Amino acid sequence: MDPIALWLPIVWAAIIGTAVALYVVLDGFDLGLGILFPFEPSESRRDVMMNSVAPFWDGNETWLVLGGGGLFVAFPLAYSVIMPGLYLPLIIMLLGLVFRGVAFEFRWAAKPKHELWDIAFAGGSIVAAFMQGVVLGGFLQGIEVQNNAFAGGALDWFAPFPLFTGVAMLAGYALLASTWLVMKTEGPMAEQARSWAKWLLIVVLVIMVIISLWTPLAFERIAERWFSWPNILYLSPLPLLTAVVAFLCWYGLRTGREAMPFFSAVGLFLLGFFGLVISNVPYLVPPSITVWEAAAVPESQIFTLVGVLIMLPIILGYTAFVYWTFRGKVREGEGYH
Amino acid sequence: MELDAVLLARIQFAFTITFHIIFPSFTIGLAAFIATLLVRWRITRQEHLHRLARFWTKIFAVSFAMGVVSGVVMSYEFGTNWSHFSVVVGNVIAPLIGYEVLTAFFLEATFLGIMLFGWSRVSPNLHVLSAVLVAIGTSLSAFWILAANSWMQTPAGHEIRDGIAYPVDWIAIIFNPTFPYLFAHMFTACYLTTSLVVLAVGARYLVAGRFLEEGSTMLRMGLGMVAILTPLQMYIGDASGINAEKHQPEKIAAVEAHWDGNKPGDLVLFAIPNEEEERNDFEISIPNGASWIITHSADGLFPGLKDFARDDRPPVVPVFFAFRIMVGMGILMLIAGWVGAWLWFRGLLLTTKWYLEIAQYVWPIGFIAILAGWYVTEIGRQPWLAYGILRTADAASPVAPAAVLTTLVLFVLVYTCIFAMGIYYINRLIEYGPKGAAAATPQALPSRPLAVASDAAHEAMKEK
Repeated sequence: MDPIALWLPIVWAAIIGTAVALYVVLDGFDLGLGILFPFEPSESRRDVMMNSVAPFWDGNETWLVLGGGGLFVAFPLAYSVIMPGLYLPLIIMLLGLVFRGVAFEFRWAAKPKHELWDIAFAGGSIVAAFMQGVVLGGFLQGIEVQNNAFAGGALDWFAPFPLFTGVAMLAGYALLASTWLVMKTEGPMAEQARSWAKWLLIVVLVIMVIISLWTPLAFERIAERWFSWPNILYLSPLPLLTAVVAFLCWYGLRTGREAMPFFSAVGLFLLGFFGLVISNVPYLVPPSITVWEAAAVPESQIFTLVGVLIMLPIILGYTAFVYWTFRGKVREGEGYH
Repeated sequence: MELDAVLLARIQFAFTITFHIIFPSFTIGLAAFIATLLVRWRITRQEHLHRLARFWTKIFAVSFAMGVVSGVVMSYEFGTNWSHFSVVVGNVIAPLIGYEVLTAFFLEATFLGIMLFGWSRVSPNLHVLSAVLVAIGTSLSAFWILAANSWMQTPAGHEIRDGIAYPVDWIAIIFNPTFPYLFAHMFTACYLTTSLVVLAVGARYLVAGRFLEEGSTMLRMGLGMVAILTPLQMYIGDASGINAEKHQPEKIAAVEAHWDGNKPGDLVLFAIPNEEEERNDFEISIPNGASWIITHSADGLFPGLKDFARDDRPPVVPVFFAFRIMVGMGILMLIAGWVGAWLWFRGLLLTTKWYLEIAQYVWPIGFIAILAGWYVTEIGRQPWLAYGILRTADAASPVAPAAVLTTLVLFVLVYTCIFAMGIYYINRLIEYGPKGAAAATPQALPSRPLAVASDAAHEAMKEK
């Protein structure tokens, strides 16, 4: 295979992987706030929760568009199989995002009659997060393909594994959000978040263990990837590293650290994501279409790659600038009179 | 009854894009308006400009949120509902969308954070710069999405191998024959739409005798734009039609309800096109008018609908009526703009009560014109999705019709609710108006901007 045809799809898969990972982490903590909403009855603390992400949520959500758009650009075949293949969960996820996105604006406009938008924010976030997990699970369990087109049923995703990953996503995002609050708030809110985070960390670790056992048991290709010699040797640092990061998160939560729990929770997510990537390489639509088979023509991939190489550093730069601008703690009663 | 998956997918797409397009077409102009206000404020230091910018930023935030959430849906619908479209033309269209995300979406979404919450967090100049960057972002977004859409009207710079489009020349793809016209027409339409809203809100305050300083600034800025842009827009629209005649003659034949290409076309003012019998019922027309407009000669010939096989014709009735609605709105804009400009010239603008009374209701005109124009463009391209390359009927995803119906119903329910509430809150913001001293320290840390508005609204209610 000539080097361009070999490497371009790999580079693009890496770009999309980066976009998805960034999306999951960044939108993860602001979706997670919606998941935690029902557990926090106080209006002023709910205000703080929303204020802590208000300047960022829109930018965070754009990574989802880059992930989907990147798939469309670089792997139109995969895009045309995955999107119809996971039709209902994707559309329902988008509708969830609609509700919770407008809730950021409408909730303030509706005060004091904002209960409806509290429900919309929490409900929309929960639905979106759960469906993202279902999409992930449906994707991992495999999409039925014939003649390069989706050939399965509308409810293929309604199976134990995708539903479990849906619940997993809820727990994971809630962990990210609670550690985010530990970092971004103070006083009773931060204490509350810290106690949530401890429970959620345990739940997430249990889930990670279950998925790590379930996937190789259910999917032979994944068992082979991890447990055949010498892969098991090369890959063993990953679970070990995960254990270390999980410990750091726990340690940070126990010892009153503010930033450490959040960044180790992000680390857990990235390691989990990396593990799933390893399980599925080189498939873009497991278990049938590889990155090379799904790739757009090099002309299209190169044309957009130029834009990515120029724009991505700039995007990351100004994103960091905005986070830096709104650094520091969000206090109760701040931001409104 | 058997469900038709393609029809359902078309209804769903039409519905979701109709909802979506309303917000960008407003926020593109509004971002530029806010940036202009802020730049003028930095230069002249007139505080009411700053108050106005803050006021419109709140409305911008609500509109932008609705545009973003409905836009994310659009970016996925290419795949969920039109997967064959993404296979056939993905190599060409997708990079354009990719560039939209990279150059526009991130820029506007990220600097929006500073624009909305940075009033006291960053220096005024940086804040103004953020507003300018948001305005640039919204414009770049329009550039790329219209490049993609115009390519679907007049594909260029590609070659077809085994039924799939491959890019050959990116410049030719982006700057395809329709692009300059579509971009100029749409962009001007966005600015006009926002200007009409600004004009109407200004008039509303003057009629009510509130916010006179802000109201007259809005009235003048909105009116100036409408008076200048409307004739320009008519010229661009005309040029755009003549261009479409060259590349998509069946679209123009449907617009003019022109059946027989062997005769000069009449300018049909009203008719009910009868697609079965290939003629117009109840026609009122100016003889040879259409020939004169399109060919600049009263006897000029241009293709009629009968020159195309029935399967290749666009649906005539919706294209015909949508076009007339668009032109009708354009004429209303011209009247509103020029009557106002004449009053302004005579120094009577702020005191002519009947004009202000009417002007406060012009705000929907631009939206109606944009939707009608968009329908002409899109329905006029049928039965093609990408003209000459892919028919709409062949582009749909292999998704069960029941699933599409389910999501269609969900979209209608959710969007109707969101739309109604959004309009309600925007009206409430306008009702409250641009209050508050601009120099006073605004909220220290972000709530969404509406936080201020809502508290203010409570105060306003107490006042009553």
